[in-house]
Amino acid sequence: MNNTNSTVTQIIETCERLYNDLDFSYVKNWKQTHAGKAVGFMPIYVPREIVHAAGMLPVGLMGAGDLLEIIKGDAYFQSYICQIPRSTIEMAISNRLDCFDGMLFPAICDVIRNLSGMWKLMFPEKYARYMDFPQNFRPEVGGEYYHQELIILLKDMATLSGAKVTQDQLRQSVRLYNENRAVIRELYDLRSADPHLVPTYELYLIMRASNILEVSEHTAMVRDYLGAVRSEKRPERDNIRVVLSGVFCEQPPLALIRALENSGCFIVEDDWVLGARYLLKAVATEGDPLENLAAAYLKDTVKTASRYEEDGAKGSYLIDLVEKTRAEGVIFAAPSFCDPALLERPMQQEALKRADIPYTSFKYSESSGQFQVIKEQTGTFADSIKLWGSV
Amino acid sequence: MDCYIGIDLGSTTSKAIYMDPDGNLLGRGITNSRSNYHLACEIAEEEAENNSRFAMLEKDICSDPQCKGKSADIMAWILSKYKLAEHKAQLDALREICFKDIDSWQDPLAASLYREITGKIFTGMEEATTALFQPGAVMKSDFFRDIATGQFMELAQEQIREHMEKISFERLIGVFDKGIIRVESVSFARAFQENIDFAYRQIKDLPDFAPFADKIHAAVKTASQQVFNIKSKVGTGYGRQRLPFEKSQIRSEILCHGLGAHYMFPKTRTVLDIGGQDTKAIQVDAQGIVKNFQMNDRCAAGCGRYLGYVADEMNMGVHELGPTALKATKVVRINSTCTVFAGAELRQRLSLGEKREDILAGLHRAIILRAMSLLARSGGVRNEFTFTGGVAKNRAATKALRKLVDENYGKLKINISPDSIFTGACGAALFARS
Amino acid sequence: MGNSSSGKVQKERSMLLQKVMIANHFKKLSTAHADNKKVVYTFVPGNLNELIRAFDMLPVHPEINALQSAMRKKSAGYIREAEKYGHSEDVCTYVKCDVGMLKSGNIGPTGEKLPEPDLLLLSYTGCFTFLKWFEILRQEYDCPVVVLQVPYQGDGEITPEMTAYVAKQLREEVVPVMEKISGNKLDEEKLRRLLDSSARAESDLVEILESARHKPSPIDAYFGGVYYIGPIFTAFRGLETCEEYYRVLRSEVEDRLKKGQGPITPEGPLNEEKYRLVVEGPPNWTSFREFWKMFHEESAVVVASSYTKVGGIYDTGFRHNSAEPFESLAKYCLGCYTNLNLPSRIDLLEKYIRDYSADGFLINSIKSCNSFSAGQLLILRELEDRTGKPGGFIESDLVDPRYFSAANIKNRLESYFQMLDSRIQEASVN
Repeated sequence: MNNTNSTVTQIIETCERLYNDLDFSYVKNWKQTHAGKAVGFMPIYVPREIVHAAGMLPVGLMGAGDLLEIIKGDAYFQSYICQIPRSTIEMAISNRLDCFDGMLFPAICDVIRNLSGMWKLMFPEKYARYMDFPQNFRPEVGGEYYHQELIILLKDMATLSGAKVTQDQLRQSVRLYNENRAVIRELYDLRSADPHLVPTYELYLIMRASNILEVSEHTAMVRDYLGAVRSEKRPERDNIRVVLSGVFCEQPPLALIRALENSGCFIVEDDWVLGARYLLKAVATEGDPLENLAAAYLKDTVKTASRYEEDGAKGSYLIDLVEKTRAEGVIFAAPSFCDPALLERPMQQEALKRADIPYTSFKYSESSGQFQVIKEQTGTFADSIKLWGSV
Repeated sequence: MDCYIGIDLGSTTSKAIYMDPDGNLLGRGITNSRSNYHLACEIAEEEAENNSRFAMLEKDICSDPQCKGKSADIMAWILSKYKLAEHKAQLDALREICFKDIDSWQDPLAASLYREITGKIFTGMEEATTALFQPGAVMKSDFFRDIATGQFMELAQEQIREHMEKISFERLIGVFDKGIIRVESVSFARAFQENIDFAYRQIKDLPDFAPFADKIHAAVKTASQQVFNIKSKVGTGYGRQRLPFEKSQIRSEILCHGLGAHYMFPKTRTVLDIGGQDTKAIQVDAQGIVKNFQMNDRCAAGCGRYLGYVADEMNMGVHELGPTALKATKVVRINSTCTVFAGAELRQRLSLGEKREDILAGLHRAIILRAMSLLARSGGVRNEFTFTGGVAKNRAATKALRKLVDENYGKLKINISPDSIFTGACGAALFARS
Repeated sequence: MGNSSSGKVQKERSMLLQKVMIANHFKKLSTAHADNKKVVYTFVPGNLNELIRAFDMLPVHPEINALQSAMRKKSAGYIREAEKYGHSEDVCTYVKCDVGMLKSGNIGPTGEKLPEPDLLLLSYTGCFTFLKWFEILRQEYDCPVVVLQVPYQGDGEITPEMTAYVAKQLREEVVPVMEKISGNKLDEEKLRRLLDSSARAESDLVEILESARHKPSPIDAYFGGVYYIGPIFTAFRGLETCEEYYRVLRSEVEDRLKKGQGPITPEGPLNEEKYRLVVEGPPNWTSFREFWKMFHEESAVVVASSYTKVGGIYDTGFRHNSAEPFESLAKYCLGCYTNLNLPSRIDLLEKYIRDYSADGFLINSIKSCNSFSAGQLLILRELEDRTGKPGGFIESDLVDPRYFSAANIKNRLESYFQMLDSRIQEASVN
């Protein structure tokens, strides 16, 4: 896939293939050609650098969208629990996740947390670890704890891969991920500057590809895309500019993402596939890599619902994003039954109200087959902003 | 004769079973449930008693060498004439009630007009009745309410076309609605003797049956004079809290369905019952004792009621859903099994140009998928697998079930009895006997 | 955990004691600021009552407020109020009930206004929602927040690193803030005395809970258990009155045990124990008595429950320990039931089913509480496989009456009990 100078269409087709492939052929091929192992992880963030440094492929799993019929997964969850654990279990018991040698479950909510225990029971032969992240952000308290967590993770990853991991390998992986974060930033900047050049549908698929592709391959792909898309002649559109918030875990179906843009909204900032953008600055490459990764997690990260917000200025981060991207409004989209997103929402809305920023909100599920109502809602939102500058 | 009664008071229908001391089924009765549970039970029970008498009659006539070759015919005629008598009695009562209602109106002019038109409608209904109860005729429903409603609506519309300016359709229907509720609060099932005599008189002189008249007369007499000595009664079902029974005479639907399924298919190990209000997955042992069970959660998506909702949304009758779905050439995947969202998803699929039958096939699959989850929660599907409840009559649902069971549990024997609606009542009768 | 409501109830001394303790506590709260007492809002699981009391501060527990509101039939209105403010119908009803109560004047269970907090002590133990809850409360109160993060037992154990992390937060984050707010230095001697007192009450509680191993059980370890854990899980652990309560309760239970009596219920004593059950999951509070009655009517006794372990699992050996005050507080937080991973929860429930000779087990799946509920269907399956005992599954909610369908639950329970009955009969025949 390292062919450079691909056209936009070719790149997006590659991404579509990756998105649609619930059998993870890319992962299987990668494992074969590299004689390596693969480790899956749930949203939002894990330090992929450590998995990568151990010579393994970290793969972000974000449910099955509307691509998979849930036949057995429902037997494990009550009706008031979100969709993503169902499709994840469904994929696992239908052997689609067999190519993963390990699974990481980062702290995001109690459902994913408990899924880690279910995994241990259902797939005892596979490595599975729940990763608790610090909610105390002082280096000598939360930082030290997290550093310990990373040491354990590194030890486990080394054992799983059967290779010793050197500091240099870690530094090298950090460098590669720094590069990746930088090109992604560039992609987001371009979209914010010229949203008609980077349709949401394309950006989204490229971001989803970052879940799967080996990091340097993904970096190359983003570079190719940036090169190709800048020379595309694409028509300007009279859409409003919005920030999309709340989609950090269970994902909206692709058609819904498309529908949002078609309803008249340029999404100029979002929080999907947030793990790839979680660290806002380059991680230091001098000194102890694990300490550097820990330090990066404590400060200079995005703010999101699963991360405790210390300073109490709820909403200021979102308002900053709105201002930075010159957005005209915010769309709150949350998966049904998503505790983090839905508990966060009223606080954010309160802040937006005070700042006089219009917003609209809806709920979805990854398997949702209908979004006509949503499309009408966001369309009306866009129209009213265009007409009156508010709702 | 000693006998045991089992009653299943369901949300849409109430069922009763008569059973002899050896566990043989004597007869069964069914009626649509109504707000008066007590009456629903009583009617179902009387229906079952009548049905037992019919069974005796049939046995008597069929075992008579003299009637050989003719017995099926005889029974068909007797039954249809019996039903005719029963229907007529109810129709007369309904007419009386409707007239009485109209006569009580303040405005004498309106009353006389509506009386005249209602009278015409009832005359029309009566005229249609004989044709309706021809031997071998297939009816959409066995319940008086359904038949009468259909007829009344049709004839009322005719009258409206004629007297457009003078009468209101709503008012006319109002008269009927009030009347039918009151007719339903009366039991007509007690008149076995009267109705069977009517039936006998209707056929005894027909050239085909005259040679057997004496035999028939004797059999009718025996059947109507049979005394049933009720030893014990057990009730179950959705409305069992309100059954006029002692606590010791009440069993849960789960136990009754388990035992009932075992009675109908002795090798049953797993039972799935999809009724109007809930879905049950039951595991039983070799004796029909329940080992485990799961019921649907708060969400009604997997129940019969969901089909009713879909039918309304599609502007179809519930009974049309299955046959339409069977015509599907592909199965559209319906993700929203949530009743709240299903309507929107249906409309969207239709607007996207999907065919109605393909969408319906998808909906049936979605319902069965919910049931599969419940089955998995209860311990899976084991051989043999018995499917009961109202939805078991829907062939699109059974088709989807077979496919999913095959794919997930391998080839199993799946039992679906045409009488599966009586499974719970059967179990209750067995408990009464034990 | 609450005052039992109306009706003629057989009152034992322990019940009256608890009632007085609660009344006094809320009375003190109502005049706290006038009395120059500092008030700390904090959660039940992994609460630091000894530390709060060592600083002579008074705790308020929002979950307790919510469940008390539910028992007094106020929760529906509060929840509606919170939903009006934009809270989703999908999320935890404890939070919404609390927010609604706050928006409606913050009147506590005794009818007196609750004091505003001087400190929000966010002990983030075993429930993600706690984090959001206090972020929401923080918007309403202008007061400091201190977070105590308790790492989850993801691998089913408490590692030295986890203990060190929590202890360090206690020393370096929690204590300095408490010292600042109370204006006092931490009196370590006082803390030790409180911890010793806690340990003594904890030992009595274990004896009380384990009395249910006997047949018939002298206690109901779920519905009754909720009252028995009240003082020790909330504002009273470490206090002399708490010790006294458990001494009295223990002697009452031992007395019933000697006489072969069953548990006392609001419907009267239950002496004909028919079914012995283990229950997983919190109870429903809006119809608590109705729910209990459904068990009483069937002569079903709960002999062990996981809910009575949310504020600490003492029956597997943990005690607060004055020899290592911070480490023991840390281990306490880390060891609460909601902080156990799924395999450990199953192991514990399996042990209860065996040790308490249960006929079966029931899961009350609570819509509000993903910490409990996500994975319960796997728990159901695993426990059935391991023990061969049938599991029942019912659904309700903590404090939202819209999610308690009495007819539905009764139907399931009756079916379940009848199934148990026929299985027990069959077993006795064979």
